Amino acid sequence: MTDHRASAPADVTLPVDVPPVDEAGPGPGPPPEDGGGEAALRLDRLTKVYPGAPRPAVDALDLAVPRGELVALVGPSGCGKTTTLKMINRLVEPTSGTVWLDGVDVRSLPVHELRRGIGYVIQQAGLFPHRKVRDNIATVPRMLGWPRRRIDDRVHELAELLDLDPDLLDRYPAALSGGQQQRVGVARALAADPPVLLMDEPYSAVDPIVRARLQDELMALQRRVHKTIVLVTHDIDEAIKLADRIAVLNVGGVLEQVGSPEDLLREPANDFVADFLGDDRGIKRLSLLRVGSAALRRGPVVEAGAPVEEARQVMAREGTDWVAVCEGDRLRGWVGADDLDRVSSVAAAEPRPFAAVVRADTTLRSALDVIVTSRSRVAVVVDDPHAGAAGASPDARYLGVLTLDDLAEGVTG
Amino acid sequence: MTAPLTAAEPLVRWDWVRDHTDDITAAFWEHLHLTAVAVAVGFAISLVLALVAVRWRWTYEPLAGICSVLYAIPSLALFGVLVAIPFFGLGFRTAMVALVSYTLLILLRNIVAGFDGVPAAAREAADAMGYERWRRVLQVDLPLAVPAIVAGLRIATVTTVGLVTVTALVGKGGFGDLINDGLSRDFPTPIVVGTVLSVALAVALDVAFVALEWLITPWARAARRARAPAGAEVAP
Amino acid sequence: MSGVLRDMWDYLQSPDAWSGRNGLPALAWAHLRVSVVALLVAAAVAVPAGVVLGHVKRGALVAVSVVNIGRAVPSFAVLALLLPFSLRYGFGLGFWPTIVALVLLAIPPIFTNTYTGVRDVPADAVEAAQGMGMRGGELVRRVELPVALPLVLTGLRVSAVQVVATATLGALVGYRNLGTLIVTGFTSPDKGRMLAGAVAVALMALAIDALFALAARVLVPWRRKPGRWADVTVTGRDGAATAVP
Repeated sequence: MTDHRASAPADVTLPVDVPPVDEAGPGPGPPPEDGGGEAALRLDRLTKVYPGAPRPAVDALDLAVPRGELVALVGPSGCGKTTTLKMINRLVEPTSGTVWLDGVDVRSLPVHELRRGIGYVIQQAGLFPHRKVRDNIATVPRMLGWPRRRIDDRVHELAELLDLDPDLLDRYPAALSGGQQQRVGVARALAADPPVLLMDEPYSAVDPIVRARLQDELMALQRRVHKTIVLVTHDIDEAIKLADRIAVLNVGGVLEQVGSPEDLLREPANDFVADFLGDDRGIKRLSLLRVGSAALRRGPVVEAGAPVEEARQVMAREGTDWVAVCEGDRLRGWVGADDLDRVSSVAAAEPRPFAAVVRADTTLRSALDVIVTSRSRVAVVVDDPHAGAAGASPDARYLGVLTLDDLAEGVTG
Repeated sequence: MTAPLTAAEPLVRWDWVRDHTDDITAAFWEHLHLTAVAVAVGFAISLVLALVAVRWRWTYEPLAGICSVLYAIPSLALFGVLVAIPFFGLGFRTAMVALVSYTLLILLRNIVAGFDGVPAAAREAADAMGYERWRRVLQVDLPLAVPAIVAGLRIATVTTVGLVTVTALVGKGGFGDLINDGLSRDFPTPIVVGTVLSVALAVALDVAFVALEWLITPWARAARRARAPAGAEVAP
Repeated sequence: MSGVLRDMWDYLQSPDAWSGRNGLPALAWAHLRVSVVALLVAAAVAVPAGVVLGHVKRGALVAVSVVNIGRAVPSFAVLALLLPFSLRYGFGLGFWPTIVALVLLAIPPIFTNTYTGVRDVPADAVEAAQGMGMRGGELVRRVELPVALPLVLTGLRVSAVQVVATATLGALVGYRNLGTLIVTGFTSPDKGRMLAGAVAVALMALAIDALFALAARVLVPWRRKPGRWADVTVTGRDGAATAVP
């Protein structure tokens, strides 16, 4: 995969200092601390008052968006989040205050130049119906005068990046599904490789299944390209899932709290933020952590060839009435105390499959769901890519156990 | 050669038609010429007016009002006024003024409706991507307004073809001259010929515009064939 | 230019203009009379037809075709064509060819607008009424017609203006009206008469137009949409939209 930054937008006259790409590790989260030093975007006492309105739409908002991070603006309707977004690329002109883009006042640039250096994605995609998909994507590069060859290459690059079937490139937007259109919208926004991407409720108009998929794709994309993204959404769960940092706005554009999803969920600054996060904050936090990050206990485990006595000792020590049976580190199942009464060795008892199985990369929230719906109090943790609702495959590698108590620790600890 | 109207007079005297093919052809060209010039001039004026009306919304009502007043004035009355003015008198100029006036209302309304019909999301996206206003109007709004504009042109053209028959009264009438001729001589043949050919021309031009629209809006064709064939799975 | 205006003024001052068979009042009355009769007859035919077809929601193709044909066939030609027939069958010049032509021309706008108006009554309103037990004739009378009224009035208005205009042309087939002043004026040195006739016709047409606009505002006070001309489009099966007028 070519390095996008290599095709840096020298044509865009923003004094953008584009740092080299560093391939971040797996998993969501902000890039390494040294992401680029100065904030890529800074809102400085940004205010918007509409004539005749009793209150400002946005009131002296101060917000810094670090380079390479995805910052979500959330809040109830009337909180000015969309207005704020539009003041960044001057679709709305601020009444007072400044937007600094890499240390440059956005008002110091001719507005059309500014906008060609900022990507913009909206809810209905806003594709041009009269142009083919490839021409839609090529909009800004064409305006910037890129040579034909470079544009073609870039279009193909973006199609691959956005998981768009190349056959779609020569069709018209009307022939695409909603999800595909949204992807084209993102591709179009990224075409000239702008340092900043603005997204206004991009996934509100698609159905939940498509939405989840597009969100996952955005996260994967962000891991590859590390754009500075400002995302407006009214969906707090979407913000928690996608954002490195969340800014909660109240009506009138008042900033109530800024912080990572974890920070907000753990310590909401006030009742408004707490209400907005929902009354299942603790559970929401579980969705940010993975089983692997919790300290797994070994749990009651016994070798298949062990004598019944040993099994009973393990049960007594662990305080359970069951043991997991393994061969080496391969999990075979579990046997209960009652089963052992009737046999002479563990190997003779038929191990039962675990009802609740999770993997190291399962979120704690899913783990909770698995435990609760299986009506057990424990989930077994295995290393098996196919483990799921159907249980573990016969040769899954045993890693440990996870109990409800462990989960509670994870939330409150 | 005047044929008195008797009970035996047929509707169409084919020998007359054969003898006068030159006149008929000349009438055809004149009719086409008048229609084309009138619609072209009318379109040019309406386009300018429409762009003004779209840019400064408050001007639409007054402009549409003026055009509808012009439209309501019967053609003969308009002729009556124009013929009285030495500059116009009988002839091409008078015909043109009347013909152009009648196209303005329908074209103005349809062009404005066309621009209004451009999807707001596409317009917002264009602005956000750094399109200057003029560029956006030219490359986004105008192409998307085409279907409505062509609909307006179709109506305006068909109406004009009909109206050209009346301009015969001021000396420039294409097929209308034939009709007028037959009328003054109580001779049905040229009336029928003029009428039929005028209608045929109107229909032909209408069809031509439909074809033109089909040609310049490839994306509309695609929209009709839109969704993937039944059975194919469309990825979200 | 000023010469012509003076001529017109002179004409208007003269007693000829105001009395006798060729005076303005007589001509204007003839003009108005034939227009009103034609409009009423056309409405009597077109409105019921439009209501019936609109109610059963059939005949879109007819509606589109009727208006397209009406537009393509020039009114002058209709008049001119009727004259020989009229003469042949003993109906003579003047009144009969004119009235028949006017009725034929008045029908399309009234029919199409009525049809569209009744057909496009919002389905929920109709369903709600049906839910209340209304059927057939009552449904039409109490729900569909009132809702369709703005468009019906628009059709009548468009038609009325067209009729007045074409009645002017009736002068060419011998029906004496204001148009006669204009037509005779083309070839006479005295343009004042012609101008007077032209202005009178123009004023009459505009007055009729305004009258219908006023009627609409009085009869249909709940109409939100301002503006003089309603946007009527009839979509045929081929998807082509034709606006009326």
